[in-house]
Amino acid sequence: MAKRQKYTRVPVIRPKKYCRFKKSGIKYIDYKNPDFLMAFINEQGKLLPRRITGTSLKYQRKVAVAVKRCRHIALLPYVADQMK
Amino acid sequence: MAKTHYESVVVLTPVLSEKMLQDAVSSFEKLITENGGELIHKENWGLTKMAYPIQKKTTGFYQIFEFAAEADAQIVDKLELAYRRDEQVLRYLCIKLDKHAIKYNERRRNGEFKKAKLVDNTSTAPIAEAKVATITSEEEE
Repeated sequence: MAKRQKYTRVPVIRPKKYCRFKKSGIKYIDYKNPDFLMAFINEQGKLLPRRITGTSLKYQRKVAVAVKRCRHIALLPYVADQMK
Repeated sequence: MAKTHYESVVVLTPVLSEKMLQDAVSSFEKLITENGGELIHKENWGLTKMAYPIQKKTTGFYQIFEFAAEADAQIVDKLELAYRRDEQVLRYLCIKLDKHAIKYNERRRNGEFKKAKLVDNTSTAPIAEAKVATITSEEEE
């Protein structure tokens, strides 16, 4: 019987995440533009974590505020089943 | 004292006639200017579909004001009180703008974001309207 091969973890090479606001120099996130904010929420309308979008902490806070304002003026839903 | 910039979004009921809408908007404008506010920009999105129903209504008239006022002028309190008293108002939002927001709004008014957001079909029309609004306001000056 063949000897069982030792398991070695193969590293997955992913492109490095970056903060899109830092990269493109966006200083202000407009809450009146729901189509742009769609990039930061999932299908249920929940905010996506930083580890998925790669946004830096400073801008994640601003994204959160913008999404909440956008929801308040009914341009984004608070809850949704399938929005994408 | 330096003036603070504010932005206010009001959602009005869709059952209003054209004239009632104009009246409501002009009354809010009057309130801003009479309380020492300087109206910088106003924008009307027209009848817009909302993401969820408010008072069983699925659409609303969106009206945006940007104005500058002294920070201690209590203009926002007065404006919000007027919004709350008005039954035609479904939703309102008043925010203070920081320096980046002021710059952003200036660029937006000049139509700089038209090309950048081609995917955004809904906002192309309002931006066009906004341009018209700025032109008319310049004429007034």
